[in-house]
Amino acid sequence: MSLELPVLTPADFASDQDVRWCPGCGDYSILAQMKKMLPTLGVPREKIVFISGIGCSSRFPYYLNTYGMHSIHGRAPAFATGLKCARPDLQVWVITGDGDGLSIGGNHLMHCIRRNLDINIVLFNNRIYGLTKGQYSPTSPLGKKTKSTPYGSIDNPLHPLSLAIGCEGTFIARSIDVNIKHLTETLRRAANHRGTSFVEVYQNCNVFNDGAWNYASDRDVRSDNILELEHGKPLIFGKDRNKGIRLNGMEPEVVNLGNGICEDDLLFHNEQATEPSLAYLLSRMRHQDGFPEPIGVFRAVDKPRYDEELNHQVQNVKTQFGEGNLTQLFNSGDTWTVS
Amino acid sequence: MPTPTIDSVPHLTKEIIQLEGATVRLAGDSGDGMQITGSQLTNTSALAGNDIATFPDFPAEIRAPKGTRAGVSGFQVHFASEEIFTPGDELDALVAMNPAALVTNLGDLKRGGILIVNEDSFAEKDLKLAHCTENPLEDGTTDGYRLIKVPMSKLTLLAVKNVTSADGEHLGNKMAERCKNFFATGLIYWLFGRDPEPTLKFIRDKFGKKPEIAEANELALRAGWNYGETTEDFASSFRIDPAKLPPGKYTNIMGNQALAWGLVTAAWQSGVEIFYGSYPITPASPVLEELSVHKSFGVRTFQAEDEIAAICSAIGASFGGAMAVTGTSGPGIALKAEAMGLAMMLELPLLIINVQRGGPSTGLPTKTEQSDLLQAMFCRNGEAPLPVIAARSPADCFEVAREAWKISSRMMIPVIILSDGYIANGAEPWQIPEASELPRWTIQHPQAKENGEPFMPYQRDELLSRPWAIPGTPGLEHRIGGLEKQNITGNISYDAANHQAMTNLRAQKVANIATIIEPLEVDGPLEGELLVLSWGGTYGACVTAAERARNLGLSVAHAHLRWLNPFPANLEQVLKGYRHILIPELNMGQLRLLLRAKFLIDAIGFNKVQGKPFSVNELLREIQRITETGDDAP
Repeated sequence: MSLELPVLTPADFASDQDVRWCPGCGDYSILAQMKKMLPTLGVPREKIVFISGIGCSSRFPYYLNTYGMHSIHGRAPAFATGLKCARPDLQVWVITGDGDGLSIGGNHLMHCIRRNLDINIVLFNNRIYGLTKGQYSPTSPLGKKTKSTPYGSIDNPLHPLSLAIGCEGTFIARSIDVNIKHLTETLRRAANHRGTSFVEVYQNCNVFNDGAWNYASDRDVRSDNILELEHGKPLIFGKDRNKGIRLNGMEPEVVNLGNGICEDDLLFHNEQATEPSLAYLLSRMRHQDGFPEPIGVFRAVDKPRYDEELNHQVQNVKTQFGEGNLTQLFNSGDTWTVS
Repeated sequence: MPTPTIDSVPHLTKEIIQLEGATVRLAGDSGDGMQITGSQLTNTSALAGNDIATFPDFPAEIRAPKGTRAGVSGFQVHFASEEIFTPGDELDALVAMNPAALVTNLGDLKRGGILIVNEDSFAEKDLKLAHCTENPLEDGTTDGYRLIKVPMSKLTLLAVKNVTSADGEHLGNKMAERCKNFFATGLIYWLFGRDPEPTLKFIRDKFGKKPEIAEANELALRAGWNYGETTEDFASSFRIDPAKLPPGKYTNIMGNQALAWGLVTAAWQSGVEIFYGSYPITPASPVLEELSVHKSFGVRTFQAEDEIAAICSAIGASFGGAMAVTGTSGPGIALKAEAMGLAMMLELPLLIINVQRGGPSTGLPTKTEQSDLLQAMFCRNGEAPLPVIAARSPADCFEVAREAWKISSRMMIPVIILSDGYIANGAEPWQIPEASELPRWTIQHPQAKENGEPFMPYQRDELLSRPWAIPGTPGLEHRIGGLEKQNITGNISYDAANHQAMTNLRAQKVANIATIIEPLEVDGPLEGELLVLSWGGTYGACVTAAERARNLGLSVAHAHLRWLNPFPANLEQVLKGYRHILIPELNMGQLRLLLRAKFLIDAIGFNKVQGKPFSVNELLREIQRITETGDDAP
């Protein structure tokens, strides 16, 4: 048997199932970038598992020729936790959406991120319930008119990255379905991070919430509305790259470069900062408030991983006390003999 | 009385009366240490070779208001020189540490029984806390019992007055008085001729880091013993000979512990490692705690964020090839129901433990009941049958865990294990198996495929079980999920005929289990007047009541269901042999409902939900009523 890994192609990761998302759905692009990225990791196909909950995005595992589980609504992180603890040798992905991950599954998402299991979570955020045909989701903006909010939503939206940073996630990133190079690179970095990687992908639902991310994806306007984060670089954006983010006390502000303001005055990105404060500040910059929305890696730090720690404990106990011995176990209390 | 010293226990000088068995209950405030005292009496009696059965009974609150009736904690021990199956109906002796314990427990003491009270705790304030307008020691309440008033608090203080810590400090009065539970223990040990040595060893181990506390408890125990030997209240003490149990080595085991050990053993026998996902809940938490110790067996425990995550993590681990287990009580099962349906649909092995407690809702968390049978059968949406097995006694939990795993891994199906609070916290002698004699087997996972042929994850064997292909195996990549799947390929299918076929296959798979489990056994006549049919923790009371009925010359048989789904293949045949079927249950008639639905048999129910197990006497009375009157209506 050859020790070299066979060279795989995106086609090797396609399952034999017909993809059944609506034509024009942003999910197609995410699937395509995933198929493109997976063969570059050097991980054998049989070692990869995709786990999803319920929703449009959660059909994802059926379309990949890896191991997969389409589970129940909101619980994918919990299934992934058990699998990764039992089988640390596997690369485990969780595919979820804004309803699945943030509403019914908010509890599991939170605990999974704080435990820092070595898994990758990709949250497709389309700000709507698609599979149930158009009710508002936890990320729908205030005032959003949907089938279940005919007079406009009065629910304050949840911001996935702020939540993940609040749980002290060790890898936090954002990308956009149609920004294919950026998305591929972001997924690759997520895959290579050791610990829970949390990636929010702005994804367009062209049937129930078309254009929700136009400001971030439309070629004509996106450069002014999006800021690509690069580690160690100043926060610059704009079609002409003439705008930047400066700190005014504890608050970020948008400034124009020139007229005495130079790059060195700007906020510099540091994805490795021990404290998550900078990442949190970035996650709070929102289009509606006049800020460009950052994409890329907000935070990438190294911390102990639950699955590794659990397996270390098992190993350490075995090393210290030896393999389990039933005779010893059965006789560990007081015993007596009847003859 | 003589000043106690740390000498060997003095020789007995009084008359000794031989008994076949005795039932003793220690009752006091939640903070009085009754559970420790009871456990010690249990252990010591087991070491004396008696057969034992116990019934700890404590409030849901950790520290209910001191001295109140709500705060009373009790521990009942039945020890005997013959084989016994229950913790005993009536008490031969009751120790009451305060008025609340006295008035809430006295009803269970048999007339003429020994009643030992701590008379120091019957002051006006104690009476008020217990809502006693009169002192029950003086108003005739205790007439007809052998009342022995002992100034336990005073005697304990006296016994420990010279104890000092390493830096010369005397114990405070409060700390000193807390040793009185060991004074009571010493007195009971004298009364029933128990060897104090195992408990003295326990005290030294438990309080080893605080030598003055260990010394004080030891002195209190000896003072209690000496008091019995010296006081004129007792003219004699009792002896209970060792029981004639089958030869072998024994240890004393509690239900939850036996369950955990059974799981560990099943994993060892089948060459897998356990993943246990659980969320703390009374009375199942001790299973999580016990398993978390056994990492040397490769046990991975995961205390999940909630009940749902607990079962989902276990299903994930099962997909990965682990022996996956989740444990909870009824309210937790309610939360797990959707995931149980998924596990059934995926057809993965999984053990789901329900240590039942009083319901509905939060119900009676620390009290026993067997009212989750229908929940186990039907709590899921859709046509989702699951196998159900129930433990009958603390030691039986060991066997049930192993059998459940055998079926679950053989049939690729989640199995529900029912225990209950009575079994979980109760203890009995367990004959230690010889580990080297336990059979080992290998679970077969399909091997890598390199010919490029598609893998068929829902191809079935002769019993309709499917292959357990685990991630990491090249060529077997496949997807499983909760959507209906096409037969054999496992691909999503909404085809009407396929859904019918898959539903039938999954049901038939459960039914097929009846072909590989033991048939129902009957003790007593195979045909006759009455069959007592039991399941779960009522086994002991039912087997004892039926035997007594036969000794009275009645035509009464007893059978006990281990599997509730599927039923053993011969059940209908057995039921047809009797004029009447009596089904005692600690619920309002759940097994009766299932039997009527399945066999059109009009069984008689005997039901109660009072947080307590059946007494043998109440069952015997019901058996007599039916056999004498032929009356079906209770």
